[in-house]
Amino acid sequence: MRLVIDSEKCQGHNRCYAIAPELVDVDEMGMAFVLGDGVVPEALEEKARLCVANCPEFAITTED
Amino acid sequence: MAEHVRTAPPVIDWSTDFDHTDPVWVDNPFPIWDDLRKVCPIAHSDRYNGVYLPTRHQDVAAIAYDTDHFTSKAVIVSNGEILAEAPIGGAPPITSDPPFHQHARKLLLPAFGPKLIEALRPSVEALCDQLLDDMEGRDVVDAAIDYAQHIPPAVIAHMLGLPIEDGDLFREFIHHTIVAIDAPQEVRIEWFGKVDEYLDKHINDHRDNPRDDLISYLLNAEIFGQKLSHEHVRGTCVLLLVAGIDTTWSGIGASLFHLASNNEDRNRLAREPELLPLAIEEFLRAYAPVTMARVVKEDVTINGTELKKDQWCLLPFPSANRDPEQFVDADQVIIDRAENRHAAFGLGIHRCLGSNLARLEMSVAVERWMKRFPDFILEDPSAVRWAAGQVRGPRVLPVRILERNEASPVLN
Repeated sequence: MRLVIDSEKCQGHNRCYAIAPELVDVDEMGMAFVLGDGVVPEALEEKARLCVANCPEFAITTED
Repeated sequence: MAEHVRTAPPVIDWSTDFDHTDPVWVDNPFPIWDDLRKVCPIAHSDRYNGVYLPTRHQDVAAIAYDTDHFTSKAVIVSNGEILAEAPIGGAPPITSDPPFHQHARKLLLPAFGPKLIEALRPSVEALCDQLLDDMEGRDVVDAAIDYAQHIPPAVIAHMLGLPIEDGDLFREFIHHTIVAIDAPQEVRIEWFGKVDEYLDKHINDHRDNPRDDLISYLLNAEIFGQKLSHEHVRGTCVLLLVAGIDTTWSGIGASLFHLASNNEDRNRLAREPELLPLAIEEFLRAYAPVTMARVVKEDVTINGTELKKDQWCLLPFPSANRDPEQFVDADQVIIDRAENRHAAFGLGIHRCLGSNLARLEMSVAVERWMKRFPDFILEDPSAVRWAAGQVRGPRVLPVRILERNEASPVLN
């Protein structure tokens, strides 16, 4: 599983960063980006799913 | 503060004549929204020279995203002519439109990013603990008057570089600028003048004596290689004062209102304090304090309803948050709700600039309260009073303390 954040849609709500700081970081403007290549370790798949389900802007998706 | 005397006639039909300052709405708006979502998802009222009210999540979102047909030049629905002008408006960036908006917003985003805001946690904890210490020996306290209302003014005064002891004055400014919206326009203009006069004094003092705070930061900031105008600096200070205070005060108060009125949730949060982050998001969803507004810039059809130029449009994020199309058991408060895509901080380019600060203040305020007072109930449910207008939260909230812990010893 790979986590993808659409930076055009992200408005910096910071919900994903609060849920999964292991997968997501924020820049100086508070906008989110995925760490590394975005590949989600199996143990963090539930957190990745919650990032998707909690983004108010529908900016986050996962790819297989 | 003098009670504002209401002159508007009572609402009889919510789908054709709604008024978001009507006492019925103020006391409990949820049944009104639930009904409108089914029968009239974009309502219209002739009050305030014409105002629309979308209540479904999808319509609120569509309008929030549509900066072509909706301007933010004025965001508080009021009587009288709209004097503000796009694209800057009176309190940038909340009153600004693209493309100017993003320049004004980018100046402020770094100061409100989650990492810098997290650094304020110890000072917010100390502030909350002091307020709780001051309640010692009392069995009945007012969670809004003695607690919630004092937290955001002190935090925002500290960030801006204004005297912390001016909290009462800030609350008075807010009352006259965004609560008493059906007061005659000249009265509101007089109050805006007083706010400007107060801020002029402090901004000029910062010009002469720069320090490490947001006002000095704004005085040094540049857009397109130019220093900001005095009006821009002052407008942004107005925004931070007005938007940063009664919103978070409402969020803290509504959270404590819910916990005081719900034994199961209160006992569970006392037992399982690790649920706090989820509980705060759920309080934000279910009791979202802020309803924004736009002005229709060009005639536009949203979901089959034609919206006419120059009329107001309310954006009730708290109604979007209760839309069963978007949320499972939307009308239930579920303090461990894991999937919660709430829009309490708005949607799109105007996402609340201070959302990280609001979340920190709410989390710390509820956590410190629960630690000190793990058990408490409403002293008199009929005495609870909610704010009228576009920011909703309890303004009178008497609670009886049933169990208290001693203050933790100060750690060195």
